[in-house]
Amino acid sequence: MAIEAEAHNHWSPLLGRLWLDAIPQEPIVLATFVVVMLGGAALVAGLTYFKLWGYLWKEWFTSVDHKKIGIMYMILGLVMFLRGFADAIMMRAQQAMAFNGNDGYLNAHHYDQVFTAHGVIMIFFVAMPFVTGLMNYIVPLQIGARDVSFPFLNNFSFWMTTAGAVLTMMSLFVGEFAQTGWLAYPPLSNLAYSPWVGVDYYIWSLQIAGVGTLLSGVNLVCTIVKMRAPGMTMMRMPVFTWTSLCTNILIVAAFPVLTAVMTMLTVDRYLGFNFFSNDFGGSPMMYVNLIWIWGHPEVYILILPLFGVFSEVVSTFSGKRLFGYSSMVYATLVITILSYLVWLHHFFTMGSGASVNSFFGITTMVISIPTGAKLFNWLFTMYRGRIRYELPMMWTVAFMLTFTVGGMTGVLLAVPPADFVLHNSLFLIAHFHNVIIGGVLFGIFAAINFWWPKAFGFKLNQFWGKVSFWLWVPGFWFAFMPLYILGLMGVTRRMRVFDDPSIQIWFVIAAFGAVMIAGGIGAMLVQFAVSIWKREELKDETGDPWNGRTLEWSTSSPPPEYNFAFTPLVHDLDAWDDMKRCGVQRPTSGFRPIHMPSGTGTGLILAGLSTSLGFAMIWYIWWLAAVSFAGIIGYAIFHTFNYKRDYHIPVETVEATEAERTRQLAAAGA
Amino acid sequence: MANEHAHPNPAAHDHHDEHGASHGSMREYVVGFLLSVVLTAIPFWLVMTGAIPDKQTTALVIMAFAVVQIVVHMIYFLHMNTKSENGWTVMALIFTIVLVIITLSGSLWVMFHLNTNMMPMSVHDMGQLP
Repeated sequence: MAIEAEAHNHWSPLLGRLWLDAIPQEPIVLATFVVVMLGGAALVAGLTYFKLWGYLWKEWFTSVDHKKIGIMYMILGLVMFLRGFADAIMMRAQQAMAFNGNDGYLNAHHYDQVFTAHGVIMIFFVAMPFVTGLMNYIVPLQIGARDVSFPFLNNFSFWMTTAGAVLTMMSLFVGEFAQTGWLAYPPLSNLAYSPWVGVDYYIWSLQIAGVGTLLSGVNLVCTIVKMRAPGMTMMRMPVFTWTSLCTNILIVAAFPVLTAVMTMLTVDRYLGFNFFSNDFGGSPMMYVNLIWIWGHPEVYILILPLFGVFSEVVSTFSGKRLFGYSSMVYATLVITILSYLVWLHHFFTMGSGASVNSFFGITTMVISIPTGAKLFNWLFTMYRGRIRYELPMMWTVAFMLTFTVGGMTGVLLAVPPADFVLHNSLFLIAHFHNVIIGGVLFGIFAAINFWWPKAFGFKLNQFWGKVSFWLWVPGFWFAFMPLYILGLMGVTRRMRVFDDPSIQIWFVIAAFGAVMIAGGIGAMLVQFAVSIWKREELKDETGDPWNGRTLEWSTSSPPPEYNFAFTPLVHDLDAWDDMKRCGVQRPTSGFRPIHMPSGTGTGLILAGLSTSLGFAMIWYIWWLAAVSFAGIIGYAIFHTFNYKRDYHIPVETVEATEAERTRQLAAAGA
Repeated sequence: MANEHAHPNPAAHDHHDEHGASHGSMREYVVGFLLSVVLTAIPFWLVMTGAIPDKQTTALVIMAFAVVQIVVHMIYFLHMNTKSENGWTVMALIFTIVLVIITLSGSLWVMFHLNTNMMPMSVHDMGQLP
């Protein structure tokens, strides 16, 4: 097609490379653009009509409350999930039809952007916000704290992540996205082979979002280390808090590597350096090596918190203390360290030779041992428990079945000779979707169903939850089992058209699975809508709808702004369960004013300026880049003169809130 | 691992709080500054005068100075010692060192093998094959 050959040579001082040719000509994109614009206009009009801007600005956008930031992260993840899934179903449709000379409906330029955007969005702007949002909401509550260590930084981190997502979304309608695959390997991502803005969108989105991720990692490590309630020793921390701690340590250790690699790619592209070209001593293989030193820990950054979620869910819905708590903690720590020793298994075929490959093959197999130990711990927790098959527990069981299969195909791939056959095949694609959907996504669904009542004060509708579950889980198997088979037959990833008509049936089955998943996502959205509609019927007055075991269930649903009027004292693992068994009385008098951080718009403003900086750098609009950069530095300095950073919640307000809670508890108990 | 002092009373937070981070004294900063200047000046002097004829030796000596410099910064500017923050800073340091060693040595190992196994890049190299 002609589009690939199109040259974009225009540059002007005012607009840089930005010119009329930046508007995509493809009908699919144009139609999407129109729909998005109409939807956006309707949203803006609605918010203006109901006079919600002030409320959103004051109560949400500028809020430094970890609970609100956590919810905003989850909303970001959900919105981007819909985008990422739209990409997925487009790919499935393309591959199901592009046989027998049929070219499908996506040209190569568009298709390559779709699979790149799908990967980037699902990892950086779906899985990461979901995981960070969960940790943000739950961790301070679980450790009995009133907020995170650095509340403003938390708000700033959220907006930086959002800024990255905004840039990625912008690429759909202004210019193009990278066509390189989600890790943008050079030399393809070098200026010579990706001359226009696609890779630059990729680089700046990840760099800006990376700032947010790194800072929220620092914040949560500090929160967990320094702000635990008295008596909560390390070995009394809830497992979710433990896995969050390890995940955030991994974030702090791994993300700088990504930043460094992206910076080197940036100077290669912008300043003519040769880190990753084949000339002047550069080596594209070094990029692959470095990016996987970040990339493999990243996999565990995503899955570890969900291991924590499953631990909480299994022990709560089995009505038992988690089996093998300390082995769970040590397994998590071992995974944290081992996750740094396996990166080469992503490029066995690059040619490091037998000794290097065997080392990394063995470490990869070793890492399945602590993971397997965790699985047995969950099973033993369920053994002889009084299991309640509520929605979170259903997702957990689905996870155990699905993830085990994904783990086993992972061990298959860890055998270097096998990997030489399966590398870059659809078998690999099936494997990592098997663990990421079966592990991360199912875990997020379990967590949403589990903690929704805590966040909003009412449970989620069970019927639609079950519809979603029964569409999602079989849908997943329909969508990805065919890919295992195709991969074993040697079909490689990222193909747009196929010659062999005998394999079409498998792609049709996979597309059918994707349609089922679409139904599952739809049912989940209906579940949210129905639950909000019928929130009075689903109301949770007790604050402890599942007979929970950890401190977050000791607060009201939703918790007051200050979380705990008095810092709880912890005497045992599963602190809230211990308090319930010992009959600890909730204090109803002796309240004091509570010292709280004030909201600020600085995070949003700095992230807005960063978006503008990223956009300017992508389009070579140098004056705007300079202005935005100066703006960021200037505003950050200006913010240091803001001395209105805290306030006290007056004791009357605390008393009133707690009295309301007392009344609510009495009504629920009656 | 037990952390008995997770919630130190904020009122008790002064410069002698042995459980928090130390903030250092003027003397410490001056000593740290002088050491850093000396440790920076010597490598410059080595390079500018060429005091050691062998370039590789010079490079190794400079790297040794750099390592000492890092230690000086950690002790005098970051005020790290085994007691600060209940040992968390030391634990973080050990973890960081382990990861840096894994990253650097692993990358060198991997890249060395890749280089050894690489096909000759030019006709000339091809002719040199045994």
